Amino acid sequence: MAINWFKYSAPSTFYELAGKLAPWFAWSSAILFVIGFYIGFFVAPTDATQGEAYRIMFIHVPASILSMFIYLIMAGYAALGLVFNTRLSSMMATALAPTGALFAFLSLWTGALWGKPMWGAWWVWDARLTSELILLFLYIGFIALHSSIDDPRRADRAAALLAIVGSVNVPIIYFSVKWWNTLHQGSTIKFTGTSMHAAMQQAMWSMVVACWLYAIAVVLTRVRSIILERERGTQWVSELEETK
Amino acid sequence: MSDFFAMNGYGFYIWGSYGLALLIAIVETAMVRHKRKITLQQLRLMRDAGEEE
Amino acid sequence: MKKLSLFELLGLVIRRDLVLAMRRRADVLTTLVFFVMVVSLFPLGVGPEPDMLRKMAPGVVWVAALLASMLSLGRLFSADYLDGTLEQMLLAPQPLSLLVLGKIVSHWMVSGLPLVLMAPVLGLQFDMSAQGLWVLMAALLLGTPILSMIGAVGAALTLGLRGGGVLVSLLVLPLCIPVLIFGAGAVEAVTSGMSIASHLSLMGAMLMLALVFTPWVTAQALRISME
Repeated sequence: MAINWFKYSAPSTFYELAGKLAPWFAWSSAILFVIGFYIGFFVAPTDATQGEAYRIMFIHVPASILSMFIYLIMAGYAALGLVFNTRLSSMMATALAPTGALFAFLSLWTGALWGKPMWGAWWVWDARLTSELILLFLYIGFIALHSSIDDPRRADRAAALLAIVGSVNVPIIYFSVKWWNTLHQGSTIKFTGTSMHAAMQQAMWSMVVACWLYAIAVVLTRVRSIILERERGTQWVSELEETK
Repeated sequence: MSDFFAMNGYGFYIWGSYGLALLIAIVETAMVRHKRKITLQQLRLMRDAGEEE
Repeated sequence: MKKLSLFELLGLVIRRDLVLAMRRRADVLTTLVFFVMVVSLFPLGVGPEPDMLRKMAPGVVWVAALLASMLSLGRLFSADYLDGTLEQMLLAPQPLSLLVLGKIVSHWMVSGLPLVLMAPVLGLQFDMSAQGLWVLMAALLLGTPILSMIGAVGAALTLGLRGGGVLVSLLVLPLCIPVLIFGAGAVEAVTSGMSIASHLSLMGAMLMLALVFTPWVTAQALRISME
């Protein structure tokens, strides 16, 4: 059976679909969090060099991975919205930004809390930490630009252009920061146990998937509100059960 | 049990990390739900205003 | 009407903007004075030990140049936006990216070039070596046009917004970090006796990249903002 994917690019059908899917994502995310937490804290052994502190990794690494991927996905959606003028993709980009920024912040916070016991400093100018900080700045720029433009169409398009310029810049920024870092011989985070224990990997991957599911659930719920806001006054919104 | 929370002296760092993660998840979920509530309320208000005219 | 070649057109736009800028000389001076003041505040903040100052100098001058060039971005399009010239430019048959490039070039000549020329004087305050001063000037000469070009994208995106001045810094500053790293890095390299070729050639590459893409991106941003 061929599924008509374009059907779901219409805000009205996507609104329904997102509403049906969001609870599933939320619950499976919660279950996987519990599983990941259990494996990470009760099954995975203590690391030989880092002691118990390495367990921060199970939240730090997923947060970093998500913050970077969400930026790329956001820029992708924004680009789609800019080029093909699809309303839904721009709305998705807007909905993704706050979640991505929160993950970037969480990554910095957990990085600091991991760094303090490991290197004795809350913050080191490590290439990855620095890039993460710049990524947070880029998110803040996107959100600030979008929210300071009143006309939603101009806001979408301007923010989209910024996101694209930002994502082109990300590799340049990353390499320049890395280069700067090696030049100044800063410390680099390395997980010393090159071979991760199987349980550690399981815990990490369930946490990564749990974070993805969480992000999807939150973004779907947020985009539903954005759809309603933008599409108010249309026929299908006024026929919705929940607005009555 | 207290051994588990002490985490060999790393308790502050570990629970500080997971605590913020949990806090962010709770706050973000609450904000998203609140936004939905507000949006629906606004729609209802607009509809009521429209019917009175 | 005579048909203009693209270079003539570019020249015309640059000349027009320079003439306009010369009528408002105070604006040009403000940026420069801001630059001088920020750099001069650092020794007062951290103390006058020459060793530390010499080490800090490239970074301080670069950060101050970055801030100063943010300060002048608001003027890049706003006057033309307010008096309707920008709308005419959008409707003009000539490519908008070229007109934008002309505006960027003249903006750099008014706000970037004075910084380059002033930098050695400020470097002396920090007891920099003669060699360091030359490299600082060369790096600024390559870097400040990039700042103007990236800044133009931000200025076009925030055109006509309230609070645009702060917003544009928020958008543009993170994107300028590579320029800052390599620009300050070049001076540090020469003072520690390393080769500066890689720094300067990377900055040259970034300049070329910016020269190719940013006028077009800025033109798109202007179209979005003027709709």
